[in-house]
Amino acid sequence: MEQRMADVEAYINNTGRTPDVASKVAGPGPGHNAWLLTSSALVLFMTLPGLALFYGGLVRKKNVLSVLAQCMAITGLVTILWWLVGYSFVFSHGSPFIGNLQFAFLDGVDGMPNTDYSYWVSQNVFSMFQLMFAIITPALIVGAIAERMKFTAIVTFIALWMLVVYFPLAHMVWGIDGLMNGVWNPAAKIAAIDFAGGMVVHMSSGWSALVLCLILGPRLGFGKEPMAPHNMVLCMVGTGMLWVGWYGFNAGSAVAADVIAGAGFLNTTLAAAVASFSWATCEYIMRKKASVLGFCSGAVAGLVVITPAAGFVTPNGAVIIGVLAGVIPFQFCMRLKAFFGYDDALDTFGVHAIGGTLGALLTGILASPTINPNLLAAKDNGLAAAVQNGTLWITQCKAIGVTLVLSVVGTAVIAYGIKGLMGLRPSEDVEQQGLDINEHGEEGYSN
Amino acid sequence: MKLIIAIIKPFKLEEVKEALAEIGIEGMTVTEVKGFGRQKGHTEIYRGSEYTVDFLPKVKIELVVADEIVSKTVEAVVKAAKTGKIGDGKVFVIGIEDAIRIRTDERGDAAI
Repeated sequence: MEQRMADVEAYINNTGRTPDVASKVAGPGPGHNAWLLTSSALVLFMTLPGLALFYGGLVRKKNVLSVLAQCMAITGLVTILWWLVGYSFVFSHGSPFIGNLQFAFLDGVDGMPNTDYSYWVSQNVFSMFQLMFAIITPALIVGAIAERMKFTAIVTFIALWMLVVYFPLAHMVWGIDGLMNGVWNPAAKIAAIDFAGGMVVHMSSGWSALVLCLILGPRLGFGKEPMAPHNMVLCMVGTGMLWVGWYGFNAGSAVAADVIAGAGFLNTTLAAAVASFSWATCEYIMRKKASVLGFCSGAVAGLVVITPAAGFVTPNGAVIIGVLAGVIPFQFCMRLKAFFGYDDALDTFGVHAIGGTLGALLTGILASPTINPNLLAAKDNGLAAAVQNGTLWITQCKAIGVTLVLSVVGTAVIAYGIKGLMGLRPSEDVEQQGLDINEHGEEGYSN
Repeated sequence: MKLIIAIIKPFKLEEVKEALAEIGIEGMTVTEVKGFGRQKGHTEIYRGSEYTVDFLPKVKIELVVADEIVSKTVEAVVKAAKTGKIGDGKVFVIGIEDAIRIRTDERGDAAI
């Protein structure tokens, strides 16, 4: 009886089970599973239709459908890759850089938990939760290259990018034997932390987006003709969906309905709200007008920057992150972009690369073991010592470096390859007339 | 018969329509248009990118009236559409050769 009680306590506390023949709890824990199922749907909701509308509203009328089509295509393509090899490359044992093919075709991914990642969440639920992250990451890149890349080139690029950049990087940061998995891999060479994907999702997509948009070149008429957003209402609706969906992203990344999920939820709220308000405040100070796009950009920036820190920092830490997320990406989008003159159409670099990098660094400074005791449990790889000595930010910088190099080099190689093989851009006529009619044979609006 | 074309501020449409109804005008055609005169456009800023919007939204009213009431009609339009600020719009009066009511084949003043 005592052994069976211990099993129930382990479920409630989200801790490991003692191997126990007397237990009648055969499978996963229903509460933890329920939250991860909900979170998975929320994270998919961030892409479909959250990000699609956020980006769709920001492009010109003639290209709105191209953005929606790209988000849908990425969802399908990445799901297929995930089933084939993606989940296995990221979450099976292998080398510190990439997993093996143990879970290829989602073989053996069933209702029982994979205790490398969770004691109480079914592996089939966990694999779908992680799939949604793999979907939104390449979808973020679309923002930088909007309105001017050939659809077939985008699909080819994303397929290769997942294999070359995302799967290896996600394995390095989150895989149980990953190079940079500070919390769970005792042998991690770089004992870094990334709660929900500041490096894996936002840095990788943001820096890749910059490289791709530089190789691709600016939109025809960039800087000469007006390219104002065609529908700010869609953009704001999409932002709201992103924000709501982000609770699954950040609080779900606890992979349990536990105290850390609660901290993630609270921190996500504080950072997004503060950043939204502070971005708009910056605008008001600079131009005497607080814009809807300013509020939206700030909210997304806050969500990005809190992502790696969500389950690690105190409420005060989240507010500091919120303020900086409103101010620093703002400066990049408003001043530096104009200074350098690159055409990051929807500011994927300014928000996600800068925000993700800032978040990874700030996580190293603000991570608190009182919020997340796992930080002190990782003694073998030096994470616990780094947290106590205040040197975690140095480890974070190393992880930032690895992420940056992989994203930049990987993207450059793939993009130049595709450019040589099939070309990246549509003809000038197609671009001027709009991608919707020419690439998809449809129009977004009937008049 | 004269064709009166009035280009006015969009929010003045209701007032102009009522003023015309008061003097017995029974029909008109309204189009949402864009353009600029001396008022010029305005600037919009999206994340630091500034766009000058040259063409401002206006409403174009077209109506055909009998010669006797042209001046009364123009007066009503001008009075109702006036704010006194730049961008109030313009009224043009053009001669019309004929008008036909499709349903009844009536012609001329009887058709309007």
